[in-house]
Amino acid sequence: MTTLLLIEQILNGLQFGVMLFLMAAGLTLIFGVMGLINLAHGSLYMVGAFAAAAMAAWTGNFFLALVASLVAAAIVGALIELTVIRRLYERDHLDQVLATFALILIFSEATRWIFGSFPLFLNIPDVLKGTVTLPGGIEYSVYRLTIIVIGLAVAVGLFLLISKTRVGMRIRAGENDREMIAALGVDISVLYTMVFALGAALAGLSGALVGAIQSVEVGMGEPVLILAFVVIVIGGIGSIKGALAGAILVGLTDTLGRTLLPVVFGAFMDPSSATTVGSALASMLIYILMAGVLLFKPTGLFGSA
Amino acid sequence: MISTKAMQTLRMLGAASAVALAMASGAVADGHGGKVKIGLITTLTGGGAALGVDIRDGFLLGIKQAGNEGIEVVVEDDQRKPDIAVQLADKMIQSEKVDIMTGIVWSNLALAVAPAATAQGKFYISPNAGPAQLAGKGCHENYFNVAWQNDGPHEAAGAHAKELGFKNPFILAPNYPAGKDALTGFKRTYAGDLAGELYTKLGQTDYAAEIAQIRASDADGIFFFLPGGMGISFLKQYADSGIDLPVVGPAFSFDQTILGAVGEAALGIHNTAQWSPDLDNAASKAFVESFKAEYGRIPSIYAQQAFDTANLIVSAAAKADVKDTDAFREALRAADFVSTRGDFKFGSNQHPIQDFYVREVIKDGDVFTNKIIGVALEDRQDVYAAECKL
Amino acid sequence: MLRERYINILILAGLVLIPAYAYFAEEPFTITLATRAVIFALAGVGLNLALGQGGLVSFGHAAYFGMGGYAMGILASHAQNYEPIMEVPFLIEGTNSMPVIWLVAIVMSALLALVIGALSLRTSGVYFIMVTLAFGQMFYYFTISWPAYGGEDGLSIYVRNQFPGLNTLDPIQFFGICFVILLAVLFLVDRINKSPFGLALNGAHQQEERALTVGINVYRVRLVAFVISGAITGLAGALFADLNRFVSPTMFSWQISGEIMIFIILGGVARLFGPVAGAALYIVLEHFLGGLSEYWFIYLGAILLFVVLFAKGGIIGGLSKKETGRAG
Repeated sequence: MTTLLLIEQILNGLQFGVMLFLMAAGLTLIFGVMGLINLAHGSLYMVGAFAAAAMAAWTGNFFLALVASLVAAAIVGALIELTVIRRLYERDHLDQVLATFALILIFSEATRWIFGSFPLFLNIPDVLKGTVTLPGGIEYSVYRLTIIVIGLAVAVGLFLLISKTRVGMRIRAGENDREMIAALGVDISVLYTMVFALGAALAGLSGALVGAIQSVEVGMGEPVLILAFVVIVIGGIGSIKGALAGAILVGLTDTLGRTLLPVVFGAFMDPSSATTVGSALASMLIYILMAGVLLFKPTGLFGSA
Repeated sequence: MISTKAMQTLRMLGAASAVALAMASGAVADGHGGKVKIGLITTLTGGGAALGVDIRDGFLLGIKQAGNEGIEVVVEDDQRKPDIAVQLADKMIQSEKVDIMTGIVWSNLALAVAPAATAQGKFYISPNAGPAQLAGKGCHENYFNVAWQNDGPHEAAGAHAKELGFKNPFILAPNYPAGKDALTGFKRTYAGDLAGELYTKLGQTDYAAEIAQIRASDADGIFFFLPGGMGISFLKQYADSGIDLPVVGPAFSFDQTILGAVGEAALGIHNTAQWSPDLDNAASKAFVESFKAEYGRIPSIYAQQAFDTANLIVSAAAKADVKDTDAFREALRAADFVSTRGDFKFGSNQHPIQDFYVREVIKDGDVFTNKIIGVALEDRQDVYAAECKL
Repeated sequence: MLRERYINILILAGLVLIPAYAYFAEEPFTITLATRAVIFALAGVGLNLALGQGGLVSFGHAAYFGMGGYAMGILASHAQNYEPIMEVPFLIEGTNSMPVIWLVAIVMSALLALVIGALSLRTSGVYFIMVTLAFGQMFYYFTISWPAYGGEDGLSIYVRNQFPGLNTLDPIQFFGICFVILLAVLFLVDRINKSPFGLALNGAHQQEERALTVGINVYRVRLVAFVISGAITGLAGALFADLNRFVSPTMFSWQISGEIMIFIILGGVARLFGPVAGAALYIVLEHFLGGLSEYWFIYLGAILLFVVLFAKGGIIGGLSKKETGRAG
């Protein structure tokens, strides 16, 4: 494998990591502020992708589609927060897992009921199609570079929101002491609804962004949900910084494992069993990584006990 | 839509009066008089539901058009879970007392259900999955496959790659049994050098790393088997990668159920199948028209296979009583029905011997579909037939 | 307390009487459904020991369920093909004897639970939930891509394994076997719950600090409970594989972990008979809702949501009008 290809694969790993971060950011934000574990986050990702596909089919405009994904996911997020999620804050994690698991069942089948069983069409806008040549001669997809930029912008935006704004101050206060902030006259329930809607909107946006280069179909949220959980567990649940670090670590491990392991095994095995064993191990690699991290840091890289 | 209920009991009684019924059964009394009950288990919920829905719709259309009021169909949803499929098979055999089972989309589910059905003396007639195990050593006199043995479309793609003059293609498939069979099938007929061979994770949706490897290799073409959402993702990302190598694949990633979601990215790609909506014969044209009229969409190969399956059963039921297992089996073997794919006959292992076509993805008005541009393999029989002791 | 006992007796009676009726009415599929309920109940009783009694929310019990299934699949497939599993350094042959298979399933899933538990129990709370989920996924992907035993295709066993003196292919006899095992395990778990060990486990769940100060080695108590819990779920997996005469990687999928949890919450957390009632209800719902609509998962989700939000004690809690569950 040439150095150039290796560099390109590292870039791919970064890009995959940023895609995961978009998903994980909302998840970890919601956990950090409300202490809620939300399995239905993958459903919000799906809602965003379907809303974007429907809007794109109607108007033919990708940017309106992105707006639709944000709005639809935020509205749906706010609705489930008001009806279901807020009853779960005081409950234990088991109840949260099961209630949000129930939401997955409802969302998946309801989406299929509305949109049918066939995957939907959502494509990259013309301006972002094609590739650019990066320094060193790497040809790289413009759209994937855009995803990296958006992802990093979201990371910076969230960081600023939490550390510099009034809302962020309340969020941090809410994380530390719910009673205190309520006593100070901040309407905690409005704050929670807003945070949940924000997390949902992020999930919806990533669903739409990723949906343009993947498949918009029922059940698309669940594999990425599990990856996002791996990300935030490695990074430390509740920490935006941790989610970014975890996402990039997972993205790199998965991408490089997939491409390098078959080569490594090829050194001492015949090619066909090397690809088999290599890809089998590669598919387990991020879970091994996660077990390894927790062995040394049981609360993740940036987590607090 | 015939009905949105998952469990439908379709009694083909129509508005016929008792007198008409008596006359109808009198008319066929010289052949047989028995009723046939068919259990159709397929995937109607979750991610793979599009394929199951097409199988159900194609099958029910075939039964409906036959107008044989002695045929009853029970439909159940397997949720794409093998253990649910096995339970449903038990239910259909033990409670519903069906004579024939059909409908399963996926090979791993078929491998769980078909042996269970044939072991209990029922017929299993596969409208889609054709795993090697059931075509070779594990073949059974009551197991029929109306679609293809799984390797067929891949072998056709290999033959077509060779004909296109591929010298050094890059091939990839998911790392699971059907994926391995796909690459083996391709290599069997292509039999040349490879630029690379990759197994991806089942359910993987990001293919940036694989596409980078393809770009870095000196490949002159690509063969891939990535069914369902995996194929949609790969094609969109490949189209955006700027690589311009010819792509060949089996029909699964270019079929009517997903072409709409892939869009322009699939245009012009050659893919192989036993049928295409533009196939030039009367039965096929009538089928496509009636399917469109009934369901408002172009039928996929899954719908076509299920439609043929229904017609095969109808043809056998006209000749023999299903309770007379030996006679009914002979009637099935004769394959005395007008297939939508033109000539159709069974090989010794009761899998089809058939032509595979090369299709090209085109845009017809607003709709993406396929058009036949040639024949990849003629009268192809699977290689496992030799191992079958029927 | 007394009322809950009556409810438990009613549940057991229902589980015996329905298949018995089906046997005389010649409805073998109803017996199959009842067997399925009993096996799911067993898996749930296993998880309930860790989850209900110990407060260890494992989202990865499919790993043990699958391990038990594959113990059956591998042993029986070797017996079916007359190929030994290994010859060096010593000969191990396949078998189609149920008791041997159960033993292997229990030992293998206990060992797996020991390794996973030893690692996972270093964490707590949400981390524990997610780590156990990740371990389950690891095995799911491993079995899919591991070609030796069928990969995603799974393994078909054509004839159900044998139990001395019984015809296991007869639905009612196989139901009997599963039911007796469930009773035995319920009895065992009841004894465990009431033993000093069970009290220590519950104590560590309710008040960890206090358990530590009275000198309980919380980590070890939890690990032992986790291992027993995994072993029971593994046994259920072996029976489930025998019911279907088929194993596949879906037994390792995270949806199975979720379903086992659902049995517990539907029936009532930390109640001895909770998973039994929950599994039975789940099968009934699956059977009847599935007949109502193609989109029956929506209804299942709504019912589950209702139980979690408004009927905390599950069916048993609802019927006995007692909010908090305590096994016994």
